[in-house]
Amino acid sequence: MTEKIYTKEEWIKALSGLKSFYNIFVPVRDGDFHTFKALDEKKIPDFNFQNTRLSPKSLVYPQSERIFAYTLDEDTPDANIIKESEKDYSPKAVVGIRPCDAHAFQIVRPNFDNPEYQDPWWIQRYESTTLVGLGCNAPGSTCFCTSVGGGPFSEKGLDALLYDLGDTFLIKALTEKGEAFLENAQGGKEADDAALKAGEDLAAKAANKIEQKISIDKLKDKVQTELFDAPFWDDVAFACINCGTCTYLCPTCWCFDIQDEVLEKQGDRIRNWDSCMFPLFTLHGSGHNPRAKKVQRVRQRFMHKLKYYVDKYNNGVQCSGCGRCVRNCPANIDIREVCELMNRL
Amino acid sequence: MLEYVEKIRKTAGKLFEEDKVDVFIGYKKGSLPMMNQPVLISNADQVDLLHWDSNCGLNLCNYLTKRTDRIGIVANGCNSRNIVTHITENQISRDQLYIVGIPCKGMIDHRAVQRAVKQKEILAIEEQGNTFTVKGKDFEDTFNKNDYLQRNCLVCTHRNPVIFDEMVAPPVEEQIEVDTYKDVKQIEGMDPEKKWNFFTRIIDKCIRCYACRNACPLCYCPTCFVDESNPQWVGKSSDPIDTMTFHILRAYHCAGRCTDCGACERVCPVGIPMRQFTKKLNKDAQELFSWEAGLTLDQRPLLDVFQPDDYNDFIR
Repeated sequence: MTEKIYTKEEWIKALSGLKSFYNIFVPVRDGDFHTFKALDEKKIPDFNFQNTRLSPKSLVYPQSERIFAYTLDEDTPDANIIKESEKDYSPKAVVGIRPCDAHAFQIVRPNFDNPEYQDPWWIQRYESTTLVGLGCNAPGSTCFCTSVGGGPFSEKGLDALLYDLGDTFLIKALTEKGEAFLENAQGGKEADDAALKAGEDLAAKAANKIEQKISIDKLKDKVQTELFDAPFWDDVAFACINCGTCTYLCPTCWCFDIQDEVLEKQGDRIRNWDSCMFPLFTLHGSGHNPRAKKVQRVRQRFMHKLKYYVDKYNNGVQCSGCGRCVRNCPANIDIREVCELMNRL
Repeated sequence: MLEYVEKIRKTAGKLFEEDKVDVFIGYKKGSLPMMNQPVLISNADQVDLLHWDSNCGLNLCNYLTKRTDRIGIVANGCNSRNIVTHITENQISRDQLYIVGIPCKGMIDHRAVQRAVKQKEILAIEEQGNTFTVKGKDFEDTFNKNDYLQRNCLVCTHRNPVIFDEMVAPPVEEQIEVDTYKDVKQIEGMDPEKKWNFFTRIIDKCIRCYACRNACPLCYCPTCFVDESNPQWVGKSSDPIDTMTFHILRAYHCAGRCTDCGACERVCPVGIPMRQFTKKLNKDAQELFSWEAGLTLDQRPLLDVFQPDDYNDFIR
C-alpha cells in the first residue's frame, strides 16, 4: 500500500486537485466549534482540531433524507405511485475524520448491512465514501477510544490514515479505496523510513496519553434482566432532561423515524433521525407507550449501547469512545460512569 | 459563593433529621469542570454530595413538576421565580416545598471561558470569590468572574430569591441601571427582512435536539406541540421552516412566564442564542403590562387574567 509524505501546503493543494474526483469534506472552524464542510474556495480546512462538535455520521446517514416521492394528483397516470427519490452517490471523501468516528461506521454497519437486511441508501452512500483519517496526537480528556476497541491511530474503518508530523503529513493507504484516493492525489513524495518511524512513535505516544479507561469486560456475561432491574437507574436518570443531544451528536446512534410530508398534492417520504430520549419514539398507535417514563428511556440508551448491542452482534459495545455525549450533555450524564456501574453490578 | 456549600449541606441534613422533607434537590459537582449536575438526595447521609458554585446553570425548578413528595430545594433568584410560576400554574404546591434561598452573583458562561482560552481543553476550575482560575495541560489563566458571566446574569435584576423558607446568606446587592433589553432594541430597529434573516441565521445550526425546550421549567406540557402526530403541527425533518416554527412557538409559549434563567442558551449543543426569542416577549410583557414573571404568589399568570383597563381596544 502507498505511503506518502506531503508538506502541509502541498497537502491543501492536493486536496484542491482531488475535488475533480471527489466531493471533499474537511473540518472547518465554524464559530465555537468545528464541523465537516465541503471544500471550496471560501472554506479553509483546519486540521488543528480536537474533534467536530457533531459527528460526521450525517455524511453517510443524513439527519433528514427524502427516500420516496409521490403525487396525489389523480389526473396524472402515476397518481399514488411511490417512486424512489433521486440521491447523490457521487464519490465523496471525508478528510480528517478522527479514528473514533471511522470506527463508529464499522460499529453501526451491522445494523444497516447484514445478511437479513440491507439498507440500500446507507450502504450506497457508505460505499461511495472514502474515509481519510487523521490520527490524534493529543487525545482529549474525555476520549476513551482505547477502552472500546479503538485508538488514537486506529485504522478500523479507515481507507487511509494521516499522521501529523508537524510540518508534514504522512499518509498511509489502508484499503483499495484509500489507494485510489492517493493515486489521484497530486504531489507529495514517497515516505522514507524516517517518516514512517516518526509516525509509529507518534501513534505509540498518543495511545499512552489516553488517561480515561472504562471497563466493559463483564458486560457480555451479565444477565440482561438483572441489568435492566439494576437499582441505579433512578439515580442515573434523575438529572437527565431527555433531550436529543447525546443521540444526535453520537457517531453510533442510528435510530430513525419515517414520516410523510405532503404539500398540496406532492408528497415526500422522509427518513429522519430519531432519539430514544423522546417519548414519541416509542408511542404506539394504540396510545400506549412502553417507555413513557424518563428513567425507562435513559435506561434504554445505555442498555442498547452497552448490553443489547453486545449480545446481538458480538462486536463489542455500541460506542467508539469519542466522548461527545460526555462533553455536551447539558445535565452531565456521563456514559463512563454509567458503564462502570453496569460493568460492576 | 463557595461558603454557601457548608450551609446548604447543614440545612439539608437538618431538614432530613427533623423529617421536614422526603427528598432534597440541589447540585452536585459534575464529572467535568464548569458542569455541575442536578441531584436528588433522600437521606441525611448523602448531604455531602451537595455543592454550589458558579457552574449551577440548569434550572432546578424543572425537576419539581408534579412531584407529590415533600421537597427541599435550593433556589437562587431566577430559579425561585420559576418556582413561583410553577406554584401559580399548579405544577407544585407551596406546602410541599422547603426553599433554601441562595443570593446569587451569577453563573459563569462556560462558552465565553472556552473562547478566552482559545478552545483549549479546560481540566479544572477553581473559584476564588470574584475571580476564578482555569487549568489545562499547558496553561493556567485567572479571570474576573464578572467579565465571564452568562449573558442573562449580566442583565439580571433579581439575584436574590423572591420566595424562600430560609436563606443561606444575607441578600446580595441587586444590579441596578442595567440595560436589560439593549440587544432586543437593536433587533426591533431592523426592517422585517433583516429581522427574518437575523433569526434565520441564529438558528441555522439547530439540530432539533430540543435541549432548549427540555431544560426550560416552563415546558412541562405532557405532549409538546412538536411531538403531536395527530394533528401534526410541525414537520419532523430538518427543514428550516419547521425549525423556525419550533423556535418561535416555543418562545411564544413562554410569554409572560420566562424568568430569563438562561438554561435554554446554556444547554444548546450548537450555541444558539435562544434568549433573543424569549427576551422580546419579556420586554413586551414589561412595557405593555408592567409584568415580570414569577415575582409574587399573589398574581395570576399574565396571560390568564383580564383587566378592564387593558390598553387594547379589541379586548374591552
